[in-house]
Amino acid sequence: MGMPVTAETNIVGIQSANRARHYQEKGMFGLMTLGMLLVIVPTLYIFGSVLIGGFRQITPSFLTLPPQSGGSEGGIGPAILGTFALMIGTIVLALPLGVCAAIYLTEYARKGPIVRVIRMAIVNLAGVPSIVHGLFGLILFKLFLGGTLDRLYHNQTPIWQNRTLLWGAATLAILVLPIVITATEEALLAVPPSFREGSMGLGATRWQTIRRIILPAALPGILTGGILAVGRAAGETAPILFTAAVSFTTLSGVPHLYDPVLALPYHLYYVVTQVANAPLQLQYGIALTLLLLVFIVNLSAILLRSRLRRTRRW
Amino acid sequence: MSITEEPDSRGASKISLDMGAVRNSGTGPRRGAADKAAAAVDRLARIEVQNLDFYYGAFQALKQVNISLFDRQITALIGPSGCGKSTFLRTLNRMNDLIDGTRIEGQVLLDGINVNGPNVDPAELRKRVGMVFQRPNPFPMSIFDNVAYGPRIHGMRGKKELDALVKTCLTQAALWDEVKDKLPQSALALSGGQQQRLCIARVLATRPEVVLMDEPCSALDPNSTFRIEELMEQLKSDYTIIIVTHNMQQAARVSDNTAYFLRGEMVEFGATDRIFTDPENKATEDYIRGRFG
Repeated sequence: MGMPVTAETNIVGIQSANRARHYQEKGMFGLMTLGMLLVIVPTLYIFGSVLIGGFRQITPSFLTLPPQSGGSEGGIGPAILGTFALMIGTIVLALPLGVCAAIYLTEYARKGPIVRVIRMAIVNLAGVPSIVHGLFGLILFKLFLGGTLDRLYHNQTPIWQNRTLLWGAATLAILVLPIVITATEEALLAVPPSFREGSMGLGATRWQTIRRIILPAALPGILTGGILAVGRAAGETAPILFTAAVSFTTLSGVPHLYDPVLALPYHLYYVVTQVANAPLQLQYGIALTLLLLVFIVNLSAILLRSRLRRTRRW
Repeated sequence: MSITEEPDSRGASKISLDMGAVRNSGTGPRRGAADKAAAAVDRLARIEVQNLDFYYGAFQALKQVNISLFDRQITALIGPSGCGKSTFLRTLNRMNDLIDGTRIEGQVLLDGINVNGPNVDPAELRKRVGMVFQRPNPFPMSIFDNVAYGPRIHGMRGKKELDALVKTCLTQAALWDEVKDKLPQSALALSGGQQQRLCIARVLATRPEVVLMDEPCSALDPNSTFRIEELMEQLKSDYTIIIVTHNMQQAARVSDNTAYFLRGEMVEFGATDRIFTDPENKATEDYIRGRFG
């Protein structure tokens, strides 16, 4: 500390350093804030405009009655029901399949090039445009599987070559499989390896270890992934365009697996683009219902996850 | 075989259960006659390891290991970090099978049977050769369920049977008095030392013949360490124990025989008293005198 420091130089030194860094700090803070606003404002604007435009439309009769006058009047009851049916069908198909695949990848497969290729394929599957899934479902499920089933069992009156709940759910299941597999893998890998060693060290087989130790510990994480997948499936239009969705049905009540269904996203698309005299408030009402549905589903996943974080103790 | 009551040397009545396996089919006299035949038992090799080589990929972790592990004695495996002692321990119940890309040559004979042989089921082997790990790893379930886990996966269903076995094993592991009123509570709420004794009770519940311990006290405080060492001393009359330890005082205190490992080779093996007072090998002496490691 050779140099004597006078009060004056000291203060000037502080001030000059302060000024440059001060403006840098202000500038960067402003830039980050701007970025945040650019993200949050459109989101809030979309939700706000849909809410304002549609909340008067949300009445018990709107939510339960079928559409009338070609969709320009009446409610969206069958579309809500159809969307729920598709969600349930999707998760019933996707969850067991995805969990099995994830268990294979994390617990059974030996690390190597084959597993790497499979993982890459799953990641790429998540990037496939949903309309491609829709066309795939059309060809594989409706035309090929449906056609085969009808030739074998329903020669007179084709059943499975039509748009059906089952084909829609199957197509959506393929769409959400990467979500289920990735979430399950993460949940399985989060289970400490010491649990596996402990169990195997007591003479348990791999399956006993999975069934009694690993799956129970990973279950909340797996379910969270499943719910997120359902939320994604609920909002998709393209995959059900050719495989399940119709704009009008004479059927009422809970749809069978072989019934065509109305679904909220497709019904919205139909009413907005195909029904000339549909009131704006009705269109907003459908959009708001769909938004709320997806919002509630995702919220429940978030709640489940935070609960899991609180209760996990290892 | 069913449930039998046998008085043991400590005067307590002990229940031994056989779950359709090989408990009493091993070589040599067991249990009741043990005390009288102690001298003979001392020299009985439970596990014979012959020309064992072990590889992680291209890396050779064990080189030509030959050793005999004696029935109802405590054998300590010592040596500097990375010397292969834990790897060796894990070859005895094939825990290394769980690691991809490993390879084994030579033989590990348990009662004369090659544990890597084609007809050996690793799950059955691990039931007979149990393992206690470095860090206590109780399952996220109740204390009772932790101890009952092993018997249950091996097919024991009866509630009374399980209750009796859980009590016996927790008593053997010197934990019963501390947990008898909170068996349905989560095992994760126990202290580290209690968790490790719970893990020992959990291993005992599968009625193993050999218990492998991989630095069981390294994550514990001195008091818990002392209790585990006491416990090992008691278990010795029924079980063959092999312990890996970094703590040389511990090896000297608890073990009958000591093997010194260095760079994947077993340098010296003999009675603990002799190894610690009069080692034949220069490397062993350097290590024991604390000159390196």
